[in-house]
Amino acid sequence: MARKVSILIVDDEDSVRDSLYNWFIEDGYRVESAEDAKKALSILETEEFDIVLADIKMPGMDGLEMLKRIKAIRKDSIVIIMTAFATVNTAVQALKDGAYDYVTKPFDPDDLSHLIRNASKQILLSEENEKLKEKVVSLENMEDLVGQSEAMQQVLREIESVSQSNASVIITGESGTGKELVARAIHTNSPRRFFPMVCVHCGALSESLLESELFGHEKGAFTGAVYNRKGRFEMADSGTIFLDEIATISAKMQVELLRVLESRSFVRVGGHKEITSDFRVICATNRNLKQMVDSGEFREDLYYRLNVVNITVPPLRERTDDIPLLVNHFIKKFCVAMNKPLVTIDNAALKVLEEYSFPGNIRELENMIERAIVVGNGKKISVKDLPVTEGVAGNTFESLTDLEKNHITQILNKYSWNISAAAKALQVDRVTLYNKIKKYDLKPAK
Amino acid sequence: MKQKSIVLISFGYFEKELLEQVAHDIEQEFALPTLTREGHLDLSDFYDTARRQYNGNSLLKLIDSQFGSGTHKTLALFNIDLYIPILTYIFGQAYLNGQTGIASAYRLRNEHYGLTPNEALLKDRFKKEMIHELGHAFGLIHCHNTRCVMRSSTYVEDIDQKSHRLCENCRNEIARTTQQKR
Repeated sequence: MARKVSILIVDDEDSVRDSLYNWFIEDGYRVESAEDAKKALSILETEEFDIVLADIKMPGMDGLEMLKRIKAIRKDSIVIIMTAFATVNTAVQALKDGAYDYVTKPFDPDDLSHLIRNASKQILLSEENEKLKEKVVSLENMEDLVGQSEAMQQVLREIESVSQSNASVIITGESGTGKELVARAIHTNSPRRFFPMVCVHCGALSESLLESELFGHEKGAFTGAVYNRKGRFEMADSGTIFLDEIATISAKMQVELLRVLESRSFVRVGGHKEITSDFRVICATNRNLKQMVDSGEFREDLYYRLNVVNITVPPLRERTDDIPLLVNHFIKKFCVAMNKPLVTIDNAALKVLEEYSFPGNIRELENMIERAIVVGNGKKISVKDLPVTEGVAGNTFESLTDLEKNHITQILNKYSWNISAAAKALQVDRVTLYNKIKKYDLKPAK
Repeated sequence: MKQKSIVLISFGYFEKELLEQVAHDIEQEFALPTLTREGHLDLSDFYDTARRQYNGNSLLKLIDSQFGSGTHKTLALFNIDLYIPILTYIFGQAYLNGQTGIASAYRLRNEHYGLTPNEALLKDRFKKEMIHELGHAFGLIHCHNTRCVMRSSTYVEDIDQKSHRLCENCRNEIARTTQQKR
């Protein structure tokens, strides 16, 4: 049901105020009245009105002056000026100052009804338009960025504000927090949305492979280069290139990347022709790039080139309020995907999830819910369907690092160091697993 | 306080048959006994010589002070051209959720618009106008239902488009507010 439109009547004559008040009340509007401009402005300071119907001649401040002040407070207010003696000059002045209309007293009842009805229609349509715009944005781009917490709302606001620009963005956050989803949301809300968003997982590629991936190669550039191949920068022409795990690229690649970002042109591996491409760069990392710059691991000039805007995605443990929402989101997602009836989650299971630290963040939660739907009874997810309690309890390690290192080693050994299989079992992606192997300097047992 | 009746007071000449018929229809709509009686007022105090019309606001105030009662709704009927300061004319008005209202047949006549007189149409319009103003006195605001008598009418042609009945929503609204007052 549409909300009640509100009207503020400003006129120094009691009879006019009363008549209009009764007329609008009978029409179902919310009505207030004020006997002069000063009182009206003080009412408007604390309360919003959709329409202000003001007499032009009032003691003290006149209607035209009040119109200017109202417009200064709220530009889109609808102000209708009333007068007993219409002159062309005052009418023109009122309209120039932003009045919605200018009417002469007394009105024909039908004219008054039409005037207010049209103004109301304009207000309600513009509100509906705003709501629809918001809805379109959320439907098209934000469906996986679930969260009502202030931290997540801040991320959504940042996405909205950065989308329309062409600035480079660095998205930081722990593994599994949804950095790629943020990048995708920025892209699909930007003017580049009709062109591709090309993703490169830098951490999963060796230096030479990354070079070939980014810049492409010519036939015969190296053994196995049987055909010419377009690079990711070329493919991202008019669109966005998303460089995940940017902190993992080598010093040589950092130089190459800087050059491309500055010139927007490059040469394919083994080629000679300069290729230009119009792309926007969005990077992601779970490392602290500033610290890497300070320690000399990452080029300062590249850092500043990339870090025009920085968006930090909070870890799940810092927004536990969002866990119930996320759980419902994933339940719906997987039940629909698996063509199963919607399941629910019992309070005890939800409490366990809310108390869990989620080192793997949302990805871990997502995998847990998927698993629980597969192994559960098909009606309600309970504690026994969640791997959380087993994982947390029963360890003999004091530090989380030791626990993680040991667990990763066990799983790698279990799957004979098959990275894909181990990553799947650990419910992390291959890049993360590679990083962990590197971090803990893990090696297959001889 | 619970309303016990509705009183129609005619100021000026109205056919007895018309008043009886309208009283019957009003009884049907509001489910309250409806009485008719004649009243006398010196209307010269309400006449605006510049506008050549009668001030509806002042008239309603007087009716309310002289005939308003907590136990019944009073509707005063006139045959004069009514206005309120901000509008060029009105067909009638009432205090929203109050005790009194006024309605005039003056602007409901075809001849006022250069058309052939039509007594049946006049009676129909006047009946709708009376029920409409009483609806306001019972707390109803204008209704969006095109057939409901509470739909806003600024031209006589608008009045002709609607029925003399309250729509289900308006009827329920009266029942709800009456319930609350008990």
